Amino acid sequence: MIMKRIESVNDFVIKFANVNGTGSASANNLFAKALFRMGIPVSPKNIFPSNIQGLPTWYEVRVNDKGYLGRRGGIDIALSVNPQSMAQDIREVLPGGYFIYDDTKPLDLRLHRDDISIIGVPLTRICNEQYDDPRQRQLFKNVIYVGALAALLDMDFKVLTGLVEDQFKGKKNLVLPNIHALELGHQYVRNHLDCPIGIRVEKSDMVGDKILLDGNTALGLGALYGGATVAAWYPITPSTSVVDAFEKYAKRVRIDPGTGRRNYAIVQAEDELAAIGMAIGASWNGARSFTATSGPGVSLMSEFLGLAYFAEIPTVLFNVQRAGPSTGMPTRTQQSDILACAYASHGDTKQVLLFPSTPRECFDFGALSFDLAERLQTPIILMTDLDLGMNDNMSEPLEWDDERKYDRGKVLTAEQLEAGVEFGRYLDVDGDAICYRTYPGTHPTKGAFFTRGTSRNEYAIYTEKGEEYEANMLRLLRKWDTINEYVPAPIIVDSGVETDTAVLYFGTSEEAAREALDYLSDEGIHLNAMRVRAFPFNKQVQEFIERHKQVFVIEQNRDAQLRTLLMAEFEFGPDKLKSVLCFDGTPISARNIRKQIKKHLNGDNVLPLHRNTALLRAGESR
Amino acid sequence: MSYQLPKFRHPELPVNDLGYTKADYEGAISTLCAGCGHDSISGAIVRACHELSIEPHKIAKLSGIGCSSKAPTYFLGNSHGFNSVHGRMPSVVTGAALANRDLLYMGVSGDGDTASIGMGQFAHVARRNLNMVYIVMNNGCYGLTKGQDSATADRGSASKKGDPNIYSAIDLCGTALQMGATFVARSFSGDKEQLVPLIKAAISHRGFALIDVVSPCVTFNNNAKSTKSYEFVREHSEATGTIDFVPMHKEITTEYQPGHSHEVTLHNGSSIRLYKVDESLNPFDRRSAINALEEHRCSGNILTGLIYMNMDSRDLHEVLETSQRPLNALDESDLCPGNKMLLNINASLR
Ligand SMILES: Cc1ncc(C[n+]2csc(CCOP(=O)(O)OP(=O)(O)O)c2C)c(N)n1
Ligand code: SF4
Ligand SMILES: [Mg+2]
Repeated sequence: MIMKRIESVNDFVIKFANVNGTGSASANNLFAKALFRMGIPVSPKNIFPSNIQGLPTWYEVRVNDKGYLGRRGGIDIALSVNPQSMAQDIREVLPGGYFIYDDTKPLDLRLHRDDISIIGVPLTRICNEQYDDPRQRQLFKNVIYVGALAALLDMDFKVLTGLVEDQFKGKKNLVLPNIHALELGHQYVRNHLDCPIGIRVEKSDMVGDKILLDGNTALGLGALYGGATVAAWYPITPSTSVVDAFEKYAKRVRIDPGTGRRNYAIVQAEDELAAIGMAIGASWNGARSFTATSGPGVSLMSEFLGLAYFAEIPTVLFNVQRAGPSTGMPTRTQQSDILACAYASHGDTKQVLLFPSTPRECFDFGALSFDLAERLQTPIILMTDLDLGMNDNMSEPLEWDDERKYDRGKVLTAEQLEAGVEFGRYLDVDGDAICYRTYPGTHPTKGAFFTRGTSRNEYAIYTEKGEEYEANMLRLLRKWDTINEYVPAPIIVDSGVETDTAVLYFGTSEEAAREALDYLSDEGIHLNAMRVRAFPFNKQVQEFIERHKQVFVIEQNRDAQLRTLLMAEFEFGPDKLKSVLCFDGTPISARNIRKQIKKHLNGDNVLPLHRNTALLRAGESR
Repeated sequence: MSYQLPKFRHPELPVNDLGYTKADYEGAISTLCAGCGHDSISGAIVRACHELSIEPHKIAKLSGIGCSSKAPTYFLGNSHGFNSVHGRMPSVVTGAALANRDLLYMGVSGDGDTASIGMGQFAHVARRNLNMVYIVMNNGCYGLTKGQDSATADRGSASKKGDPNIYSAIDLCGTALQMGATFVARSFSGDKEQLVPLIKAAISHRGFALIDVVSPCVTFNNNAKSTKSYEFVREHSEATGTIDFVPMHKEITTEYQPGHSHEVTLHNGSSIRLYKVDESLNPFDRRSAINALEEHRCSGNILTGLIYMNMDSRDLHEVLETSQRPLNALDESDLCPGNKMLLNINASLR
């Protein structure tokens, strides 16, 4: 059989197969960041098990000069340093692709494929010759394979060594050994193998001033810039690093210069109920506060979310979604808490959701959440996910307008109370259904009120009178209209060609959707697109959907939750909104979206939902 | 700025140092059952706050859910209040206290609210030594849901309609001690002379101060077979001693016999004077306090009074090293690092 090698420049997918807990992450990062510094767009994704040490873990990097950052699907190069997963890893390589492995031990003949190039680098042998300490052997093995890859792909070696120098700034005893290890791999390949292989990289200028950042760090920074002073949380993957980032930067910039004391407080709570209770208590008392969690935590917070909705207490909750239900797949991504959050809690509740899709938006929306929560006096739930939160994503740089003032919302001061303004905590003075509040301790005799989750009248006095309860619930519904004017509007991308069909997506489906639309338009299928950025859905969302005969709603969950929400809020029929779904725990890919849309367009969409699901399970959901 | 106090006032009502009458510390008319112990506790809180001359608006009162948790409506009407969700008052107070360290936090809860659904939060707020007063109005039952046994009901005790309780009781004072509370007291709603000075001392203590107040539920748990009835508690309580609370710079004359007395000065300059009856208890020694509780439990008596106090504890704000200025008073200039830092961060991410 004559093999046609995959040949490309700056356009491929490489997957590293490692063992969890062996220090491979920093070496893999080094690889991705070096390409990024060469001006080539990259999107690395960690694929890791719920395990601390020993199980297989993967790191998949999409390299694409056109700037497509979603998962593409398919592996061009596999780099295998984990015998445990080797059979699967070699099987996954696309025909014509490359399999790079540690040939200190020869490849099991049964795994051999002759439709791909198999490249051996004796990583273990090189390590054993160079290092005596077993820990060093393990760590430097990772660096050595990066050096080897640099030769195989014709990477700029200077960029790599520069990165190492930056990373270990001033720590010569770390810089030199790392550079040495890079050279070991590089030299070996140069001396023993043909390089570059069919796939290679070259310097480019497609990155501009972009940065490579994970969404959780961006969120932590958003909270810092947004003026959060109280953070309460309970550890849960994939949200933990939000508070970690907040703390890291707060330690640097939130220390009072005069006293050395902290202008923030972080409490690791006993559970998520306590975490959100603390956030609510702090905001009730006039501090900006937040909590961060994932699905199981949201379930626990549900009662408190109802209280905050009904008692109208600003609350900021960052939900970094993962695959549920229950513990589900805690280290895999999904967008499956939409309904649980939109209607979180018992009784008639509606919660404000924000859907960022890049680290820059995590930062912007993160900071915005505090303004919105205080302006609108209600919980703001920012919905991100593991894919955005825990992976480095290429993003616009972060920016802050130094003129910006926090919007603290409607709060009466002691002076206003003293001057005799009428105060009714739930009195709609301005006609926008948002009422004035007071902080505890403002005035000795005016402005005190009793906050409660039970029904009350406009002056916060307990009542069970039906009319008063109803009037309050209707005001909350009018407030929902006001909220609508404040939340980020959708972003609409016109195909430029007359069409009655469109796609709608949100959050991390954006990159894959954008790419899929390009593929489809190459095939003559032109679709308008809209990215929804908040719930309540802006009027523009409704108009956009109404304007089209059919809209494909792309989302990363089983039950088409956003579609359900759209149908519930706007009463669109099921024929109008068609689902494009992925829920296997990996980020949705462009190829998958394209395939599902084409199936719908070809009329192959009359399958009952459960058969669709079966098809997806059979592996088409990648 | 200065404020006008309410003008129309009965000229004969005694005023405190700030010029407030007791009425300025009262709340709405109670809707609890006539004779409910909780109302007496509300009355004791009003008296303690009035006599201590605390600005009413400098107190925040927070509660969970239950008849007891409704009580904050009936005292301190000029203070902000928060009737939160069942069992979760401690977390809400924690957040509130972190936001503004300058207010006084008065948490009110029931035995159901604290010892069952809220046990976790109770344990952790004690452990964090949050600077607050935590009053449990303990009636051994769920008043608001019509009298089910609670986790503080003694084994064998029976409520009005119930069979004898089959489970062992949780002693909230013992639990608080184990969890690291730095002020632990027990009292009885029917004994204001003991309760008021205890509330004052708890308010003046910096750190977590629990007062477990046995507070009979006249409707569901005040019957002959109950160990939380007025009669039973009157007959079985044994005080550790009596205490006087002496506000800063004020000497009070006391009617108590100057037996074995002990005076301790609190961080705000006021002091409490202890007249010990129980010689075996040293309330400044945790082990002694735990032993005393256990001995009384074995003999079937209820130990009341100040049980434990740690004068040198560090409260949550101290442990977290938070700013002396309340966090809710900080603004952009204190909190936002500005665009310049982002330029550096961006540069490090390329
Ligand atoms: C989550 C939740 N579960 C149950 C209830 C119902 N409930 C209201 S009060 C109460 C018990 C209150 O008992 P306790 O705290 O002892 O207060 P008391 O009425 O005895 O003063 C219960 C179970 C509730 N409000 N919320
Ligand atoms: S039911 Fe019991 S606890 Fe509730 S108000 Fe009546 S007497 Fe008090
Ligand atoms: Mg009770």
